[in-house]
Amino acid sequence: MATFGSFALIIALALAAYNLLAGAVALRLLATGQKAFISPERLADTARRAGIACFFAVTAAAFALVYSVYTNDFSITYILEHSNRALPGMYKFSAMWSGQEGSLLLWAWLLATYGFVLRLTHKMDVKLYAYAGTILAAVQVFFLSVINFAAPPFALLRGQIPDDGNGLNPLLQYPEMVIHPPMLYLGYVGFCVPFCFALGALMMRYPGEKWIKITRGWTMVTWLFLTCGIFLGMHWAYAVLGWGGYWGWDPVENASFMPWLTGTAFLHSVMMQEKKGMMKSWNVWLIFATFLLTMLGTLLTRAGLVSSVHAFAQSSIGMWFYVFMLTVLCICIFTYVLNRSHLKSDHTVESLVSRESSFLFNNLVLLVACFVILWGTLFPILSEYVVGNKVTVGAPFYNTVAIPIGIFLLALTGVGPLLAWRSTSLRSVRRNFVVPFIAFWATVLVVLAVGDRPYHDGAFDSGQFYALVAWSTAVSVFSAILSEFLRGGGVIRRQTGKNLFASMLLLTRRNTRRYGGYIIHIGVVIIVIGLAGQAFNRNQEMEMNLHDKIVIGPYTLECVGFSDDANANYNSQFALLDVYKGGKKQFQMSPEKRVYLASQQPQTMVAIHSVPEWDLYVVYEGIDPANAHPIIKAYLNPLVSWIWVGVLLIIFGTGIALVPSITPGMAALRVAATRSVPAEPALHGGQP
Amino acid sequence: MKIVGWDRSIGNLLSCPGRASHPSNEDLSPGTPAGTGHPHRNSTVSLWLKAGQALLLAVAVCFTLGAADPATRYTTLNHKLMCTCSCAEILGECNHVGCTTSTEELGLLQSGLDGGSSDQAILDSLVVRYGAVVLAAPTKQGFDLVAWIAPFAVFAAALLGTILLIRHWSVTRPQMEPQPAGPEMDALRERIRRETGADGGFEA
Repeated sequence: MATFGSFALIIALALAAYNLLAGAVALRLLATGQKAFISPERLADTARRAGIACFFAVTAAAFALVYSVYTNDFSITYILEHSNRALPGMYKFSAMWSGQEGSLLLWAWLLATYGFVLRLTHKMDVKLYAYAGTILAAVQVFFLSVINFAAPPFALLRGQIPDDGNGLNPLLQYPEMVIHPPMLYLGYVGFCVPFCFALGALMMRYPGEKWIKITRGWTMVTWLFLTCGIFLGMHWAYAVLGWGGYWGWDPVENASFMPWLTGTAFLHSVMMQEKKGMMKSWNVWLIFATFLLTMLGTLLTRAGLVSSVHAFAQSSIGMWFYVFMLTVLCICIFTYVLNRSHLKSDHTVESLVSRESSFLFNNLVLLVACFVILWGTLFPILSEYVVGNKVTVGAPFYNTVAIPIGIFLLALTGVGPLLAWRSTSLRSVRRNFVVPFIAFWATVLVVLAVGDRPYHDGAFDSGQFYALVAWSTAVSVFSAILSEFLRGGGVIRRQTGKNLFASMLLLTRRNTRRYGGYIIHIGVVIIVIGLAGQAFNRNQEMEMNLHDKIVIGPYTLECVGFSDDANANYNSQFALLDVYKGGKKQFQMSPEKRVYLASQQPQTMVAIHSVPEWDLYVVYEGIDPANAHPIIKAYLNPLVSWIWVGVLLIIFGTGIALVPSITPGMAALRVAATRSVPAEPALHGGQP
Repeated sequence: MKIVGWDRSIGNLLSCPGRASHPSNEDLSPGTPAGTGHPHRNSTVSLWLKAGQALLLAVAVCFTLGAADPATRYTTLNHKLMCTCSCAEILGECNHVGCTTSTEELGLLQSGLDGGSSDQAILDSLVVRYGAVVLAAPTKQGFDLVAWIAPFAVFAAALLGTILLIRHWSVTRPQMEPQPAGPEMDALRERIRRETGADGGFEA
């Protein structure tokens, strides 16, 4: 199987290279009108077919690797290092991306899959797709070259083959880890497609905004994958790492967040190009930056550029990525300089207080947030280079710098929809902002009355202050969005006579993109409410004998047992804790600590009881060697479940935004049909 | 003690600023010609200002109430430090049982507090022992200060640049001649008004 996989990868590289060369020659012939022994259209079609064949070759290689994992083929070094016989079947699959070679193969396969879909749908715009397909082939050539020459997944072991492998990293032996990396990769790789279209459209000086319309679906789906990937990673960190938090500002977490920020900025600013013919250069550079940031993310994950908890996939292939990123950047700059006259805006922003300027500020803040995170991530390297002193840039830095920017961005989320296109009058501002303004200050009072204390014990508590501002802004934004729904729904209710909910539903269906976007914004608001709860986290740690109790918040945890267990994959120690609230037993929790036999690495299995107000989060930290009693740490983390609910709402909103709107004609027909329904079912034989 | 101290501030807030800066109708009357003082409008303004004062007062009171917590300093400091065992976790959140590094660091922190050292002195002593990487964030001195300034400087520059750019665009954009509205446009506008029943946030 190793030989089959290796050959499949070589064939894939050859096919991608042919796609690139033949595609480039065909496009050159088409552009110059030169004669050749083969027509450029036919040559371009052979290039496209080679791209399709490349997908099958990479799929064969990916299949070979997965097959080798499941058949315990330890003659392959990668399988030996990342799997073992006792590994459960589900996790054998995730062994594919637990190491560098496998994850690069996954990247190449996803890229080939995106390319396959792109090349199959080429009839939408043959020439633009030919450009995009050829650029995509160039990216494929890079990744397949890395896999074939620098990090081969089918490299064979020299010497005697061991009976069993080293096993999978315990951190990856968790159900979410089966889907978190592929989701993240789908997001990373997916941004390659709009990048290829943007670069292709710029190269061919493509008229109009059609390329943006074509890539809109790609970009939104990709953005959704990246969003899901990031939040799955957060949930995994929360449930597995056992430190009570979900986001540690680790460099690799940051690496996934940066392209998300620029991708989000792109999704907003393309609307300006579609509606107003503005921000054309900006959009092109946003998507270039997003693609380069996905590459930077991969570089940070692989090259060990900065120290990170994601050390399981580090290696020395950084130079390949440096060269590739530099080449891509040079090509982008060259193409832009050559064709920038093509990107002149049709209009400019007319007023500081307008929907257009709110989009501009939204983009600005997203990019500043991206810069702040990039700056914090790379500052240790810069500091070491400039003053020879390595420093840590951790959560306190980001909490100080990024949170105010985040709250400002949240406020813009609410302000934008309340402004009119072109210019907004003072009267309109006063009328539209009165509800959010009142909501903001009412929330400030309520939150303070409930117990938020930004200044206590003679010191300013930034956490509680930011929680106060974040909650108040969140409620204010929510009221702004809700008033948009109510205002639009009210108009339709008057038109159609339907109830308000049905009217708002019809409103959403008439403009899925706009109102889907608002639902996404509500999701963001809910996430912010959940994140702000972190300022009120509490914890208690205790060495527990039988019937010892920990009191945290309204809960009392009583230790009713502790023991150990074993299976073929790991040994585990666990405690049984009865949880009481108001003197009554509510439920039982069983936090656990495992030691995996193959790797001899420990792993926490946190017990979480989640309710809307808070999570009771219990960690089995280990055993005191002196008396063999378990050490238990209990956390009470407010509002964490709101974060996951917010993500679900974002997924729902994105789904709605992807559905085509019903056209006014269709809507009118529906309204007419509604009105023509007879009041008496008996007219139709009694059937309603 | 704190409450008493703040009582005086609350008293000041109640007695001075409202009267001094926002006179009532009676206060206005001597300098205001009869019939031109808009008494209704003045009373509305005064009401709003008083409401604003009350709001500020409520916020100020709530902001400053709080119970003393002797463990706060320990928690605050252990969240400004990193565990240097390569787990990349904040010292106060390192959950490795038997982690000798975090135990030692926390011990030094506690002994510093017990010895009456200032927060800065404790942090400095840990930096001497473990290097600057023990601090969870760069200091606000020397080159490290750049780490703190750059984000806000970039934010301010970008914000200012965008505002200036929009102002430049709005000043230099070509002015369109207003077109006389024809009957078709009037009919369309009328239809929009009729169908929406409200101006939907746009001025008529």
